[in-house]
This record gives sequence, structure tokens and C-alpha cells, in this order.
Amino acid sequence: MGIPAELLLEAVVFGVLLGCFYAAVSIGLSVAFGLLDVPHVAHPAIMVLGSYCTWYLAGKGLDPVLAGVVLMPAFFLLGMGVYRFYFETFEKRGTEAGVRGIAFFFGLALIIEVGLIIGFGVDQRMVEAAYIGKSASLGEIQLPLRTLVTAGVAVAITLLLTLYMSKTFTGRAIKAVAQDEAALRLMGANPVRIKQWAFGIATAVAALSGAMLIVVGPVDPGLDRIYIGRTFAVVVLAGLGSMTGTLAAGLVLGISESLVLMHPDLGASWAPAVSFALLLLVLGVRPQGLFGR
Amino acid sequence: MAETVLKVSGVSKRFGGFTALSDVNLEIARGERFGLIGPNGSGKTTLINCVSGILRNDSGSILFEGEEVSRLAAYRRTRKGIARSFQVPRPFHAMTVLENLLVPTAYVLHLKDAEGEAQAMEILRGMGLADKARAHARELSQVELRKLELARAMAARPRLLISDEAMAGLSGSEVDEVLRILFDLNEKGITIIMIEHIMQAVMRFSQRVVCLDAGKIICEGTPGEIVKNPEVQRAYLGA
Amino acid sequence: MKFWIGAGVAVLAAGAAAAFVPYEYFFFAGYTVLMFMALATAWNILGGYAGYVNFGTPAFFGLGAYTAAVVYKAAAAPLLVQMLIAALMSGLLGLVAGLLTLRLRGIFFAIATIALTVIMQTVFIAWRYAGGATGLQLLRPPPLAPFDSYIKMLFVLMALLVVVSVALARYIERSWIGRGLRAIRDSEEAAEASGVPTLRLKVIACSVSGALMGAVGAPMPMYLSYIEPESTFNLNYAIGALASPMIGGTAHWAGPVIGAFLLSTLQQVITVTISSEMNVLVVGVLLVVFVVAAPEGILGLLKRWLRPSSK
Repeated sequence: MGIPAELLLEAVVFGVLLGCFYAAVSIGLSVAFGLLDVPHVAHPAIMVLGSYCTWYLAGKGLDPVLAGVVLMPAFFLLGMGVYRFYFETFEKRGTEAGVRGIAFFFGLALIIEVGLIIGFGVDQRMVEAAYIGKSASLGEIQLPLRTLVTAGVAVAITLLLTLYMSKTFTGRAIKAVAQDEAALRLMGANPVRIKQWAFGIATAVAALSGAMLIVVGPVDPGLDRIYIGRTFAVVVLAGLGSMTGTLAAGLVLGISESLVLMHPDLGASWAPAVSFALLLLVLGVRPQGLFGR
Repeated sequence: MAETVLKVSGVSKRFGGFTALSDVNLEIARGERFGLIGPNGSGKTTLINCVSGILRNDSGSILFEGEEVSRLAAYRRTRKGIARSFQVPRPFHAMTVLENLLVPTAYVLHLKDAEGEAQAMEILRGMGLADKARAHARELSQVELRKLELARAMAARPRLLISDEAMAGLSGSEVDEVLRILFDLNEKGITIIMIEHIMQAVMRFSQRVVCLDAGKIICEGTPGEIVKNPEVQRAYLGA
Repeated sequence: MKFWIGAGVAVLAAGAAAAFVPYEYFFFAGYTVLMFMALATAWNILGGYAGYVNFGTPAFFGLGAYTAAVVYKAAAAPLLVQMLIAALMSGLLGLVAGLLTLRLRGIFFAIATIALTVIMQTVFIAWRYAGGATGLQLLRPPPLAPFDSYIKMLFVLMALLVVVSVALARYIERSWIGRGLRAIRDSEEAAEASGVPTLRLKVIACSVSGALMGAVGAPMPMYLSYIEPESTFNLNYAIGALASPMIGGTAHWAGPVIGAFLLSTLQQVITVTISSEMNVLVVGVLLVVFVVAAPEGILGLLKRWLRPSSK
């Protein structure tokens, strides 16, 4: 297969951890795009914004994961604001919104990316924590502690969101609004309010994802371009709107990338292309994804 | 015995785990006025989408004038003679009313604009929209938008017209206007399937009615028979 | 008829500039502006007329550039031949990518076009014959008569290409194809129900758009005497091709031309006087402002200003 056997196991295990990380960063998009149908190409940029905010707070002495959690309320409000603006400007005006909506988020992503460059420069930023830099051993395999942390956060967030969407009224309304707005209206709920709330949640999760991003490795303002491929690949492969599907799809991507990374002939320059190739494959062969509605 | 224009046999459609249509069978004769009713979510629009081609049915067959169409793209079915209006009007909003009709005259009838305009104006006159020919969709009232939907469908010179809730939300006199248009079209020989919630319209218009509930046909008959059917009453008033 | 007179005048003006303007910088800057005018026009055929956003302009442009470079390296082909083959290759990419992804909703197509760029870039980084990651040096042939400098020749060539692109876009816009594309943009389901073969028209628009972008990219290796992946597949092509029509106006062929002219000139000014980052920021802000506040672009604003009677 190209990869020596001992490395294969390590590649797979690393891929699983990486995959959980990818799931963690994609779950916000799963809500914003998968459920709410918002063409949110600025989601990775907001994530990177979260990374930089985390870097700033970590510089003040806060643990990065904690910083991510602390940022969530502010990003929640940001998300609600963005959605409200998007809705009033585009969705309300009807079908013409298609191109303009996409262009809007593209412009937003550009503004965020360049804003970060102007504010922080193009150099990479990193954070430090007790779990960064150390590894745990599982037999012969070294598992970087930071990837264990992010994998843990990923699973926790997926679980929380899935529970929220199935147990609480608002959560179930969010799931419902994706399928049948009319029925929701009849129930007395306001679809716009619910979508706004959901988008806020998605953006809050993006903040935490951003924190995970900078825990896993250094960030620079252009990182959103690679993550557009990864997050959309995961969300599309999962099938729009499926939370647990996001975890499975993340694993597929993580393991694929890890195998490519460890392959002697391919390596790091091919890794970004994996997510995009996977995306094209899914779109071409099975656009509804693994668990799509 | 009148010729069969549309024969739907054993049609089913699923969305993931949800079954929208289950083994639907229908036969509609040429020139018939056919009503399709059912509570919200019963599958009426899904059935229409499968017949017109926006959706592909998972199983079963759809014969239009004896020809199997269930594998054809929607635009081909329109070219064969099936036309539909949309429940929520979808005008080409950057075009005038007249230009809206020029799309089917160009793409279905393959007419150059000069001739297409002549035909389109004739249709608009029949609907009472002639004076709005140069207006844009955003300037039209609700009933005018519904008429535009029907006019655009008619511009394709279909032999089967499916009217999807054209009267929803209209006033009594507006309902009468639209109903008159549909009667006129039927007199010219066009087979019409009407999906409606407004019972008095369906009963006045239809020669035969079918009631759908949860993807299945629960009753078929004349308007008088349908109204008295206990299954239909239960479907509408809830279990 | 007026159009062709105007087009003729434009080409003559370009020729006159080549004959009489002494500053080389004018031609370098002018080439860039003309390039974006052509790219924006090409983009608008699918983006403006049909309503499908393409983020992958660099993929088509870059494929055209690399095709030209490879064809030149392999057979010393003349520039026009390079352009034709480049257009063919990028048109093919548009055809294949279109067939695969235009069945899906607009946002999926848009994301797929991002993927196209990354994949194209990865391919050419890996291909040694085309220079790989380090790139390829190329020796230019002498300029054809009557041009005394290569850049002047490229300038006039690009002016011609702009005219060709605009003529093609104008033809599509005014023809029955254009009406079908507009119907698709306004309501794809209603278009399909009205007999429009939506997939076929979209794929045609995508292929034509891609082919034009490939032709615009073809002179690039000769322009720089050099080609390498990172600058060839640069995001700026995606931004310029998208923002120019959004700002200039998408409904009419003049929109991308005006938008590209203004935006490109503005970009040159800002990059030189402030910074290249500020340039991207300005474009981003302008894009958002226009998309939100002036959806019909500069053309729409002009229309309302000059004809306040129209509702």
C-alpha cells in the first residue's frame, strides 16, 4: 500500500483523532449550512477569527480551551446579528438572493481575513498549554495530547448539540425549521427567530472550533482557505443537517488525510487537496451524503 | 370511452425515511376536470412534482398519452404536453409579464419572438392580463400573479394542465375569476388536474375527485360522493 | 451596429496607444485592467446571466496559462495557437466540471469550484515538465510586426480578446440562450417547467465562460517570461472576476466591463499608494456594500439616476 505496516496503525489512530478535530470544526457549519441553508462561506473565516481571539486571551494567561468557551457568548450574539442582517437583506427579498447571498459571505470572509492580516500580521500565531507539546503513548504509538483534547471537545460538542436538538423545544424547533417552516408557524413559533438562534449557536461553536484550531497548530490569517475545503467536505459528506453524520464524515476525512500525509510519495503538499477531492467525489457520486435528508 | 391522457400506476416516493407517496394509482381521461384534495402534507404536491418531472418517482410508472415519462427530465415532459402552475407563484421576476410567456413559446413551441408575442398576448387577453403585459412581477397583485402562473403554463400549449392551489388565499370573486379561466380552458379541450383546498371550488369544478392522505389514495369518486365519505372527513378533521 | 462601431473604435484606440504612448508602465497596467475586463465578462456569463457563482476563476485561467506554456515549450507554438488550445482545454474543464456539479444547487457548485482551483494547483505543482513548484522559465520570441515591443503586442491582443469576450457575452445575452439563462436565474424550477433544458444551458454557459478564461490566461507565460503555480492560481483572479460584475452590474454586458475597469484601476492605485492588503480590504468592503445596497450595480444606479421615471 506504500505505507509500512507499523506506520499504518499510527496513521489510522492519528487519523481518528484528526477526524474528531475536523468534526469539531465542522459542526457549526453543519447547523448554519446543513440545517439553515445559509451559504456561509465565511464560516471558516469566523473560526479563524475565534482562533485569534483565543490567542489574545491566551496571551492574558487564560487556558485556550477555556478561552474558547469564554468567547462563545460574544460570538453567539455576533452570529445572531449576522443572520438577522443576512435575512433582512437577502432571504426576505426572495430568490434573487442566491448569487448575492454567496457574494456577501465571500466579501465578509475577505474582510475578516484581511482585517486579521492588518491587525495581527501574516505571521503564524501559537498558544501554549500544559497539553501542547506532550504526547501520551498507546503501546508503540505516540498520541499528541493536544489532539486528544480536541477530540474530546469534539465528541462533547457533538453530543451536546445532538441532545439539544432532540430534547429541548428550541432544539427540536431548529431541526423542524429545516424541514417544514409552515408547520412551525402553525405551532406558533417564529421561524426567523429560531433560525437566528440556531445561527447564533453555530457561530458560538465556531468560536470554540477556532480555539481548537490554535490548540492543534499554529494559525495564520489565510488558514480559512484550507478549512473551507475541510469543513464543507465534512458537512456535505455527512449529509446536510446530520450532527452525528458530521462525526462520521470527519473521521473519513481525518483518516484519508492522515494516510496521505504518511505516504512516502505524497506527503504534506497533497494533504490540502484531499478534502477538496473528497468533496468533489461526494458531490459527483452521492450529493446527499451518508446520512442526508 | 374517452382516451386516457394520464395513467399513474403504483407510484411511490420516499425522502430518506419518510414515505411521501405510497402506491398511487390514477387514470385521467382526455378533457376531464379532475380534482385532487387532501390535508396538508398528504403528498399532493409531491405527486404533481413526480408527474411534471421535478421529482423522480422511486417506483411505478407514469404514462402520458400512452408514453412512459417517468424517466424524462421535466423540460421534456413540458415539451410533450404536460404543464403546471406553482403553488407559490414563481414568476421570472426580472422579466415583464409578456417576457415570462416568451420563455415557453421559445423553448416549447420553438417560436421566434414576433410570433411568440402574438400567441402570448392572446393568452394574456384571455386571462385579463393584457394591460399588464409590460409590467414586472413585483407590480402584480396576488390574483394577477396566479393568473400569470396559469398563463405561462398555457403558453406551452399543453394538453394536460396541472393547477397547484391557484386559488389559495384569494377572495371569493377572485376565486370565481380563476375558476372561469379554468373552465374556459377545459372547454377548449385541455385536461385539467386541480389541486385545491377551497372545497367549493373543487366541487364546482371537478367531474371526479381523488382524496390523498399520508401518501395514499383514500377515496375516489364524484364530488358528491367524496364529500360524504367518512374517511375524507376524518382526514380533514383529524383522527 | 452601434456596438460594432464602438468595438472597432476601442481596438483602434488600443492600436493608437501602442503606436504613440511612450511609457511602458501604461501597457503593463493596461494589460492587467484589460485582462480583468475579459475575465469579468467571462465570469458574468455563468454568474450574472445564469446565477451560478464560480469561485474557481483561477482554475480556468491557470489551466489556460499552463496549457499555453506547455504547448510553447513542447512545440514553440505561436501565441494564437496557444490561446486556441488553452481555450479548448479550459472549455473542456468547464464542460466536465459543469456536467458533474451543475445538477446541484448553486452553493454546491460554488464550493466545487473552490475545489477545482486547489486540485488544478496541486496537479501543476506535481507536474515536473510544467515546472513543478519552482516554475518554468520561458524565452519569448520577438514581437510580430508592426509591434516594436512584446508588451505592446500583448496589450493590443488583450484588447481584441476583451472585444471578443464582450461580443460573445452580448450575443448570448440577447439570444434565446440568454432568455433561458435568465429564466434559470430567476426560478430554475419554473424554467424547467417552461421547457428550458436547464442543465444543458448551464453547462454551455460554464464551458463558454471557462474557455474565455483560458484564452485570457494563455498570454500570461509570455507576459512574465515565467510561470509558477502560486501566482498563476492566485485568489486575486477569483476576487476580481467576481467583484467586478457584482459592482458594475450583472444584467448587461457593460456591467462587468465598467466594474473591472474601475475596480482594477482602483486596485492598482491602492496597492501602490497604501498596501496590497488594504487593496483586498477595499474590494471586500465594496463588494459587500454593493451587494447589500446596490444589487443592480453601477449600471443600476446609472439607470435610476438618468431615468428617474422608471419604477
